[in-house]
Amino acid sequence: MSAASDRRPTLAVWKFASCDGCQLSLLDCEEELLAVAGAVHIAQFTEMSRAAVEGPYDLSLVEGSITTYEDAARIQEVRRASHRLVTIGACATAGGIQGLRNFASAGEYIATVYARPDYISTLATSTPIAAHVPVDFELHGCPIDRHQLLEVILAQLAGRSPRIPSHSVCQECKARDTVCLLVSRRAPCLGPVTRAGCGALCPAVDRGCFGCFGPAETANTASLAGRLLEDGARRVDVSRLFRTFNAGAPAFREESLANEPRPTR
Amino acid sequence: MGASSPWKAQHIAGAPNDTAPARTDAADATVLDVEGLVTLLEVLARRGYRVLGPRVRDGAIVHGELSSVADLPRGWHDAQSPGSYRIEHTDDEAFFAWAVGPSSPKREVFPARSVAWRGRVSEGEVAFEDGDAASEQRPTALVGARPCEAAALGVLDRVLGDRGAGDPHFLKRREGAFLVVVECATPSGTCFCDSMGTGPAAGNGFDLALTELAGDGGGHRFLARAGSEIGAEVLSCLPGRPADEADRAARTALLERARTSMGRVLDTAGLPALLARNVEHPRFDEVAERCLACGNCTLVCPTCFCSTVEDASDVAGVLERRRSWSSCFDLAHSYLHGGPVRASTMSRYRQWMTHKLSTWWDQFETSGCVGCGRCITWCPVGIDITEEAAAIRRSDGARRGRRGGR
Ligand code: SF4
Ligand code: SF4
Ligand code: SF4
Ligand code: SF4
Repeated sequence: MSAASDRRPTLAVWKFASCDGCQLSLLDCEEELLAVAGAVHIAQFTEMSRAAVEGPYDLSLVEGSITTYEDAARIQEVRRASHRLVTIGACATAGGIQGLRNFASAGEYIATVYARPDYISTLATSTPIAAHVPVDFELHGCPIDRHQLLEVILAQLAGRSPRIPSHSVCQECKARDTVCLLVSRRAPCLGPVTRAGCGALCPAVDRGCFGCFGPAETANTASLAGRLLEDGARRVDVSRLFRTFNAGAPAFREESLANEPRPTR
Repeated sequence: MGASSPWKAQHIAGAPNDTAPARTDAADATVLDVEGLVTLLEVLARRGYRVLGPRVRDGAIVHGELSSVADLPRGWHDAQSPGSYRIEHTDDEAFFAWAVGPSSPKREVFPARSVAWRGRVSEGEVAFEDGDAASEQRPTALVGARPCEAAALGVLDRVLGDRGAGDPHFLKRREGAFLVVVECATPSGTCFCDSMGTGPAAGNGFDLALTELAGDGGGHRFLARAGSEIGAEVLSCLPGRPADEADRAARTALLERARTSMGRVLDTAGLPALLARNVEHPRFDEVAERCLACGNCTLVCPTCFCSTVEDASDVAGVLERRRSWSSCFDLAHSYLHGGPVRASTMSRYRQWMTHKLSTWWDQFETSGCVGCGRCITWCPVGIDITEEAAAIRRSDGARRGRRGGR
């Protein structure tokens, strides 16, 4: 079937600064992917094939954050060429782990790490896609959940809103009958302020939630931080807990900064 | 089971204001020794029940499949306070010297996730099939439930059961179930069943009620009472002797000790009206500062019944209507066209608290709270519904300012 005579909606997958893990979730969908491949024309997806076509695209999935001048310009083109644009993963929705540079000076890092800093051309920050162009839907997670990704694609194609919960991880934890680590063992856990989606994976294997899906819809991070401090965490621990893959999400960023140890005189 | 089901026949609810008279005396009790408990588990298994009971798992006492009394948490105790739960082991011989665990029997009659129905699409036709409840062949016997939990099942009967919505999935799971309640000797730091009239003695809503007696010189033994026909039938299969005066006195003393060691108290006098006239109380803003809106309180509560449904289809043409627990702490819970009605955490906490203690009465003619203390223990920041109610009572009529929004 030639692209011109194909009436199926076109799907494009774009990569910015990221590890590819989220895009690979789509390949992970196996059987379901075949159905998606039947329902849509995958026009641009470097992880699957190199055959790219010109836009416009009905649906663009965007992975990765904006860290370079070139990417800041490219995302504008992608937006112009896309009817609907969905960002996937912590990089695209919050700036990703590379967003740690936003807390420091990129110039100093470059000078420390590279032998020839003058070869490096980069922005001072790593920012989410929504900081540059309008985004139709943000799918959170580091990495995203493949079933949620399918739901988002199907919903976008059907013109309905996707059924993606934005409540806390705790609710998934309770649904699977995990004994709460925070209450029974004082383990640091970000579940109460983190968006569901992973199925409360970490508490089920005895590790407090890392916050991979970013802030939940109503994230009272200050109250949770208070509990962690009461349990004996140091401020620097709390600051670091909120400063990982979703460090750039406003609720986590503010809590991380609020607990940053101040230099004592 | 069907016709001989204890639940349908007697409409037992066990809710505090229930019309069925509660029998808390032990006039005609039977005394079982530990061998009697062993036989009880065997009899239940022989009658085809899937026998569930308390077990230690991951640092807590939770319900799990019991294969013998060796699985019971003998010598284990729990220590609970707002936002904190610990278990510890001693060498004492009691099986049931703890209060309540994180999970309530709600999970057995109203699972966190289940499929309400399935459908198969072929050649343009949809063939419908029953959901999960229909395929669960073995009814559940729950051993070691607490009086407050029997009361909570009674509350759910009024909401989802034959005195409420008549949800067929709930009814299927509920009607086949056999409940062995064990009266409370050691309430925790967050228990307040005495305030709610649901414990520590078992009133009704059980098939068998046991009281574990030990350390009074009479040996390790159980006072057993039947609360249903089927319960009496099971009791008649167990080796025992009639209770005497000393047994009954030991039970009375045990219950009295339990009553005076409740960790929490809730003053229920005029409580529904108190909350109804204080919906603008500033305390709701204060609690919202701490509340994480995480929803843990609603999911651990043995009577919270909210659920959401979602239809799913796969590539092979299998349709499913999936049902899962939901919480009024979610924005989606109050989402109408245009946005959520309860946008602020203040209004979500207020919904939870006023529903449990006030508007539940209007809806179901009972309290939505049975005093189990779970919402206090398992709240990550230890918010205490009894303390919130007491604070509002202390400053009845105070009005919040315009902050906080809807
Ligand atoms: S372990 Fe973490 S995610 Fe699970 S209920 Fe406790 S606080 Fe929430
Ligand atoms: S409101 Fe709290 S104390 Fe009352 S029944 Fe529910 S969980 Fe137990
Ligand atoms: S308190 Fe909330 S979750 Fe519980 S039954 Fe009421 S509305 Fe539902
Ligand atoms: S009262 Fe506690 S458990 Fe309930 S939503 Fe608020 S923080 Fe979570």
